[in-house]
Amino acid sequence: MHWPLSALFTLAWRNLWRNYRRTLIMLLAIAIGVWAMIFMSALMRGMTDQMVRNGLHTLPGEVQLHHPHYRDDPSVVNAMPPPSAQLLRFLDSAPVVAWSARVRVPAVVASERGSRGVTLLGIDPAAESALGAVPDNLVEGRFLQGPDDRGLVIGASLARRLETRLGKRVVIMSQDPDNNVADWGVRIVGVYRARLQGQEDQFVYAGRSVVQDMLKIQDRVSEIALTADDYRHVAAWYPAAAAAAGNGIETLPWYELDTFLGTMLSVQDGFSLIFMVVIFLALSFGLVNTLVMAVFDRVREIGLMQALGMRPGLILVQLLLESLFLLCLGLVAGNLLAYITIKPLESGIDISGVAQGMEMMGMGTTLYPALAPRDMVMSTGVVVILGLLASLLPAWRAAQLDPVRALNKI
Amino acid sequence: MSAIACNQLCKTFRQGEEIIMGLDDVCIEIPEGSFVCLSGPSGSGKTTLLNAMGGLDTPDSGQITVGQYRVDCLSRSELADMRLDSIGFVFQAYNLIPVLSARENVEFVMQVQGVPGAKRRALALQVLEEVGLRGLEERLPAEMSGGQQQRVAVARAIANQPALVLADEPTANLDTRSAAHLMDLFVTLNRERGITFVISTHDARVMGYARRLISMRDGRIVADREQEPHAMEV
Repeated sequence: MHWPLSALFTLAWRNLWRNYRRTLIMLLAIAIGVWAMIFMSALMRGMTDQMVRNGLHTLPGEVQLHHPHYRDDPSVVNAMPPPSAQLLRFLDSAPVVAWSARVRVPAVVASERGSRGVTLLGIDPAAESALGAVPDNLVEGRFLQGPDDRGLVIGASLARRLETRLGKRVVIMSQDPDNNVADWGVRIVGVYRARLQGQEDQFVYAGRSVVQDMLKIQDRVSEIALTADDYRHVAAWYPAAAAAAGNGIETLPWYELDTFLGTMLSVQDGFSLIFMVVIFLALSFGLVNTLVMAVFDRVREIGLMQALGMRPGLILVQLLLESLFLLCLGLVAGNLLAYITIKPLESGIDISGVAQGMEMMGMGTTLYPALAPRDMVMSTGVVVILGLLASLLPAWRAAQLDPVRALNKI
Repeated sequence: MSAIACNQLCKTFRQGEEIIMGLDDVCIEIPEGSFVCLSGPSGSGKTTLLNAMGGLDTPDSGQITVGQYRVDCLSRSELADMRLDSIGFVFQAYNLIPVLSARENVEFVMQVQGVPGAKRRALALQVLEEVGLRGLEERLPAEMSGGQQQRVAVARAIANQPALVLADEPTANLDTRSAAHLMDLFVTLNRERGITFVISTHDARVMGYARRLISMRDGRIVADREQEPHAMEV
């Protein structure tokens, strides 16, 4: 069978503009639908990305090394030795961008007015800073100046709860390896604010050497956190970190350390796809209606084409082409609209009005939509595939019209 | 050789509770190169017979042969191919594709057949000139008169050199001058190209052009006679 493609294309294109008002309305609907698909996906992608980044900021690092039992019992009993020479060689080479060895133990901080359970972090401030794991908004005082700094930095929210403030002394209590209470009276030298209030309540920072002395663990540490250039690529390189760490050290990527975060990223595309399909289902009613009306308006013409010798299959293809043109034009407009509206918003949308609610989801007060080419491709695929499927029934019915009845339709 | 042979064709229609005989045991043979008119009042079965000959409608029983095709045995797609290759249609209403110009309408059938672009364009222009539409090639149907549109339909029907043209009341919507012009054109094409014409009409002036006149009533052939053709008086 010969495929008269030029005739089919010509007919499909010109028929599209016969009722240009109907076509324009449908184009507008498709464009807005596509825009909504991409815009919502960009928001969701931005939210997920921010949740992961905030999560990595809190973890911290893309990969962590621990004593094998540390995650079950994060006490000093399960501390590990400082990095070996082999591990140090790995940590100081690509792809590792920054790393830090830290002491991280559960503790109680007490002021003269109250006490709270916290996580005590004994850190090397320079290494932590390179890792991006130090509070970046110090509202009072100063941050730690070295691993042997004898001051304490706490969150503003914790200070408020303990009814204490900069310059006051507090007592830190934890357990040493012999399960004896290890305590330390320390002065607050800095107060920080975090994007998430929960962080302000949970983390207190002290010099690593000072904490090691307090806990009587010599140079042992709780964890080594390391990071590379992109958290999405961690699966490619973390096995090398595990090999360098050797047996007896547990090496885990961020998505296994925090499975919720890991799941969020992996289901992101699924969420986007479901969302796009739902939007398209609403849109498909309009599309099918447009095609049904277009067929209804042209029943005689379709009968004529059959009478002139056009096979039913060619009539089906012509109507599907018409639908495809409509979908493609709508897609171009929708993608352009999405690009124009999302790009300027990538610098951030202030959502401080709902910040408390967003914080529960591990997000800050600014949302950064992320326009991803894969979302544009995915929305295009959804619209074209489902659009053609939705068009199939009216087109097939048109192709099956009885030519005599069609020609005599008034 | 027969252009068309019908044997014991029957076709019924249901109209509410009533069964109407569209074709009742119609037997007819039309040799190649004939110029035949089917006449009779409305509802006599002219159009039903024409549609059955063209493979647009299927009879309940009986056989139809058009050229080498057994029309009553073909599938929808095979019928479409037969119409494309062997039959030109001219309908009562002008039935042009409104989004195509006169030339494109004429080219349409050849395009579906797969005739190369340059050849079909040349053929379309030549046929449009033959039917007296030179200079109107790029006009859309809506920009032409009824007579001009019907001539485009005729040009389309003959452009791919079919062996048979079936015309259903082709002059019904035309004034006398246009009708005469169209019928003269049919006669010329029949004489010069040997195309077989079967025309259904209840216009006595059109019947005058036929060399063979078949009269129908209630789905039956009631008369079938040869006659001396004569042109319409304008």
